[in-house]
Amino acid sequence: MPVLTGKELRIVGFLCNWCSYGGADTAGVGRFNQPTDLRIIRVPCSGRIDPLFIAKTLINGADGVLVSGCHPRDCHYAEGNFYARRRLEVLKRFLPILGIDPGRFDYTWVSASEGQRWQKVVTAFTEQIHTLGPAPRFDAVAPELLAKVAGAISQGGNRVAA
Amino acid sequence: MSRLEELKTRIKEALPGLECVIGWQKGYDALHNTPLFMRSAEDVDKLEWGALNVHNPAVYLPTMAGKKVGVVVKGCDSRSVVELLQENLINRDNIVIFAAGCDGVVDLTKVKAKLAAAGTGAGVVTAVSADGKTVSVTAGGKTVAMPMAEVAADKCLRCQYPNAVLADTFVGTPAPQPTPVPSANADLDALDAMSVPDRMAFWRYHMDRCIRCYACRNACPMCVCRDHCIAQSREPHWLSQDDSVTEKLMFQVVHAMHLAGRCTECGECQRACPMDIPVLALKKHLNRTIHDLFDYQAGVDAAAIPPLLQFKTEEVNIKERSW
Repeated sequence: MPVLTGKELRIVGFLCNWCSYGGADTAGVGRFNQPTDLRIIRVPCSGRIDPLFIAKTLINGADGVLVSGCHPRDCHYAEGNFYARRRLEVLKRFLPILGIDPGRFDYTWVSASEGQRWQKVVTAFTEQIHTLGPAPRFDAVAPELLAKVAGAISQGGNRVAA
Repeated sequence: MSRLEELKTRIKEALPGLECVIGWQKGYDALHNTPLFMRSAEDVDKLEWGALNVHNPAVYLPTMAGKKVGVVVKGCDSRSVVELLQENLINRDNIVIFAAGCDGVVDLTKVKAKLAAAGTGAGVVTAVSADGKTVSVTAGGKTVAMPMAEVAADKCLRCQYPNAVLADTFVGTPAPQPTPVPSANADLDALDAMSVPDRMAFWRYHMDRCIRCYACRNACPMCVCRDHCIAQSREPHWLSQDDSVTEKLMFQVVHAMHLAGRCTECGECQRACPMDIPVLALKKHLNRTIHDLFDYQAGVDAAAIPPLLQFKTEEVNIKERSW
C-alpha cells in the first residue's frame, strides 16, 4: 500500500497543451519538489475547457480542481484563454450557490518556462485544498441537515394539493 | 376596443402572409390556458389574453426555422424572442411579433394552494374571472377571490418589462411598470442566507424528488439543442440513466451553465416543473453574477453580443488571484 494512502486528496488539473502542461514539465525536469495530489488532464487549450468539466468533477467527488492556461495575450490560439477567463470566473461564482466551496476551484496562467511558478501554484493550491479537507459528498448529506433546510422556502401548490 | 379584440383584428389582417401565429387559447378547464397555433380566422377567435397566459410562446420559434410565423408575446416572452435573435437562432425577417401590455400572469401552483386552503381543489374549476386586481376562481361550487398580488407569478412581482421590448404590432395602452415586491426574490434570499454546506443540503433535499422528465428543458425557450441535448447523448456520455440525486443535480447544472448570459428569467423551467423544484434560483444567481461581472442583461437589445461570446483583453470586473 502506498505510504500516502489516506493522506492524499484528489485534485484534478486541466492544463493547456502549449503553456501550462509545458510549465508542469519544466518543473518536473527541473526536479522541483511538488505535492503529488494533483492528477493532470491535458487539453488543447484553456478555451477547450467546458465549465461543466469542472462542475462534474467536483459534484462527483473531487476535492479540488485547478485549471491553468497560457497567460492572457499569449494564447497559442490567440484568444482561447480570453473566453476561458470569462467562463471560469462565472463558474467560480456559480459554485457557492450549489453548496460547493469556491476555494475548491481555481484558475491561473502558467507559461511553459515558468517551472518555479508552477511549483508555487501547485503547492499553494494543494495546501488550500488540504485546509478545506476532503470534499463533502453530495449524495451523503447528513439527515439532520436535510431536515434543517426542508422549510427554507415555501412549497409550491402542486405539493400542497397532492 | 379591448386589447384582445384589437389583437385578433390585427392578427387576422396579417395571417394571410404567415404560416401561423402562436398564442394562447382556453385549455381543458377554465383555469388552464394552452398554446394556440392560429392558421385560420376561426382559430384567431379562440385567442385569449390575460392572467392565464402563463406559457412562453417563444419556445416554438426555433423549431419553425425557415417558415414565416407570427407570435403573440407578453413583455417577458419578448425578451426570449430578442435573445433568440441575438444568437441568430431565428431570422428577424421570418418573425412577426404581436404584443400588448401585460398586467401579470398567475402562478398556478399558488392558485392551487389557495384553492386547497379554501377547501376545494384545482380539478373541479368551472369558471375564472380576472380583472387587474383580483382573480376569482369557481371550483366545486365555491368561488374563491384571490388578490392578484398573492397569486401572481414571482417573475411578475419583479417585472421590469411589462411591455414588449421588441414588437411589430403593439396594441392598446402600455401597461404600467409594477413596483418590485421584496418577496419576489424569496428563493434567492433564502439561499444567500444559508451557509455553503446548507446549500448543498438544500439541493440534495429538493433534487431528490426530481423525476427527470426534462419538462424544465422542454419549456425553456433557450434550450434549442432539443434532440441533441447532452443530457441524453451517449457520446459524450455526460449523464447516466442512474436514478441518483447527483445525476439529477448535474442536469440542472448543465441547464444553468448553458443558460449563462442567455437566460431571460421567463421562469418557464420552474413553472413547468411538476415537482415544484426551485430550479430558477440557479439561473437567477447566474444572471446576477453575469450582471455584476459584465453589466449585461439578456434579451433586451437584439444587437448586443452575449457576454460569454465575447471578451475584453483587460477585464474590468475580473480580479485574478495572484499566487
